[in-house]
Amino acid sequence: MPFDEMLTADSLPRAPYNGYFNWHSEQKTSDLIKKSRDAENIFRKTGITFAVYGKEDSSERLIPFDIVPRIISGSEWRKLAQGIEQRVMALNAFLDDIYHKQEIIKAGRVPRALIEKNDAFLPEMIGMRPPGGVYTHIIGTDIVRTGEGQFYVLEDNARTPSGVSYMLENRETMMQMFPELFHLNKVRPVENYPKLLRQSLAAVAPPGCNGKPRIAVLTPGIFNSAFYEHAYLADQMGVELVEGSDLRVMDGKVVMRTTQGYQAIDVLYRRVDDDFLDPLSFRPDSTLGVPGIMDVYRAGNITIANAPGTGIADDKAIYSYMPEIVEFYTGQKPILENVPTYRCSEPDTLKYVLENLPELVVKEVHGSGGYGMLVGPAASKRECKEFAEKLKARPGNYIAQPTLSLSTVPILVKKGLAPRHVDLRPFVLVSNKIQIIPGGLTRVALKEGSLVVNSSQGGGTKDTWVLED
Amino acid sequence: MLGRTANGLFWMFRYIERAENTARLIDAGLRMSLTRMHGHEEEWESVLRSSGVFSAYCEHYPEVTSADAINYLLRDRSNPSSILCAIEAARNNGRMVRTALTREAWEATNECYLDIKSQLARKPSNADLPAIIDNIKQRTGLIRGAFHGTMLRNEPYNFSRIGTFIERADNTSRILDVKYYVLLPAAFQVGSSLDNVQWESILRSVSAHRAYGWVYDDDYKPANIADFLILNGRMPRSLAYCYDKINVNLSYLEREYGKRNVCHDTAKATLGMLREREIQAIMDTGLHEFLQGFISQNSRVAAEISEAYRFYQD
Repeated sequence: MPFDEMLTADSLPRAPYNGYFNWHSEQKTSDLIKKSRDAENIFRKTGITFAVYGKEDSSERLIPFDIVPRIISGSEWRKLAQGIEQRVMALNAFLDDIYHKQEIIKAGRVPRALIEKNDAFLPEMIGMRPPGGVYTHIIGTDIVRTGEGQFYVLEDNARTPSGVSYMLENRETMMQMFPELFHLNKVRPVENYPKLLRQSLAAVAPPGCNGKPRIAVLTPGIFNSAFYEHAYLADQMGVELVEGSDLRVMDGKVVMRTTQGYQAIDVLYRRVDDDFLDPLSFRPDSTLGVPGIMDVYRAGNITIANAPGTGIADDKAIYSYMPEIVEFYTGQKPILENVPTYRCSEPDTLKYVLENLPELVVKEVHGSGGYGMLVGPAASKRECKEFAEKLKARPGNYIAQPTLSLSTVPILVKKGLAPRHVDLRPFVLVSNKIQIIPGGLTRVALKEGSLVVNSSQGGGTKDTWVLED
Repeated sequence: MLGRTANGLFWMFRYIERAENTARLIDAGLRMSLTRMHGHEEEWESVLRSSGVFSAYCEHYPEVTSADAINYLLRDRSNPSSILCAIEAARNNGRMVRTALTREAWEATNECYLDIKSQLARKPSNADLPAIIDNIKQRTGLIRGAFHGTMLRNEPYNFSRIGTFIERADNTSRILDVKYYVLLPAAFQVGSSLDNVQWESILRSVSAHRAYGWVYDDDYKPANIADFLILNGRMPRSLAYCYDKINVNLSYLEREYGKRNVCHDTAKATLGMLREREIQAIMDTGLHEFLQGFISQNSRVAAEISEAYRFYQD
């Protein structure tokens, strides 16, 4: 029986859900279903859609939104926040180290080959220190829960985490539809995120920047799956939303083409992958980036957030070393646990993984979005067998983890409430300080029993409340 | 403001205007088919010509039939100016420049797209056509309303307005040019019911058959119709009106940026010409030649604007 965050085994509400539970028991399910539909209409009207790659017809879809909030108590949150802060500090220290002295490799705590043979490791960044010394400015730490006070970090998402617009829109929608709930519960606000993001980006502007730093968000364009979020954040921050074709390098600065000529940009919040950032340094066929931006970056004339080469820190192969990494740089035991991870590149481990495939979750080291993974307990014999062949062919491409009994939070269904598995992605901003937004994106597997929460695989989202207590 | 954003707004509003004008053209065409004495389809040919897609249409269809013409103008994916494609292009541009639009203006555009797209997912029956055409006019009207009610009167507003009026001037001049021959003195036969129908069709294409009566208080006369659509500064779809608005918006940009460009001079000269000319002089020297000259002048203004404000990479 998985841990349910709302109800105990005796179907009594746990403390953080008391207020909500009482309110809910006075509501008619049919009214709530109607509200659910209203919420969907709000989202559709707003155009908060995401693109599903490879699907011609339904190229834009809504992520289903569930109107039952996911609630976290203040004390649970404090522990989580401490653990995340510790981890984020370690990630930045790790990045600085591997692009400079590489002490962690010299100390034998992380294998050299794992870093230097990794595609996410950018030799262009060796010896380069970004403005303010920050590598990963915006992080979305994926967290799962298995019991009372039992949290695990599933992924660090240190390169370009997405989903924060859903956190904000979900809250906005809940406040519009159920204002009374926000009188009954003291929910910590998340809506100042764009302002904090703006301040955080401004704080790491290049040292040579005079006056108010000019910030821009770089998007691959309207056909990118997260375009809505890019536009939303630029709009909320009051900064320009630029595409590669708007930018060029001129007199040692990155400038954007405006109706009145070219204007320099000091901080670029880029939502374009490393590979596409600069055709002169990386993929030469990229039209999404800015030719020569890496030279401007190396000369210290622009801040790129997150820094190029940050992906080495959230690589799934590095993930299994996170406990060592946290300890190495902070001198403390990790506050948050890692999910035990089997590195299939090691022969003994591979053997174990192959023998226990039906109990494990196997992921591609560089994959994301729930693509190319095997969920052992849900897979057929044939699927396991086919996957085993892929594993044997390229063991270094995979890691495996035990299937955790993820916690559940109820969602609204026709008959009332029904438990579904969830994860949590809180968002963290790093500049001269670390700020963790009290809340985050709760993703929920809408299918009964399913453990896959990804929006591309039938997952939905919930508003996430952190209570003031 | 980014040059690409100015371009996106300019085209977003060109496409909205185009969709709306195509809806009017279909409306006028439908009306004509009701009043035609002979069962011929030449009215649809002139509708296709007015919309500037006649030759493209002929590549797809062997002959002009009302059913094919309506489908081509309304929802054919191979026609980039079809209402469905134009609204989708407007919405994609709107998505691209989302940060320059108010929430209301964006949502009206998005809802227009979602609604029209689902309405045009299948070929509509003849009985449904009038309601669909009405809905398109209403939806685009809602976008305009939300835009006017909520947008700051700054650069995004000016570029949007300029796009609207460049497109409208182009559309009105094309409608006239396709039908110019029915306005020629040679074709003018007093009391011919056929001509009356043709003239009414021109006016219907710009939703002005009632307004004409208020202004000219007379039977249809070719020179008056041409005057109304070309020179009358109070008629919101006339060339003079469009150029007045283009000039007003360009001068806001001039003040805002403290810079005057070639486009300002060309637009001003165009307006000056429209204010000074007499309709009889235009008719005497050749309506077709005049309209052809205007259409290319209008494109030149558009090109000069896009260069002055860096719509594209150089």
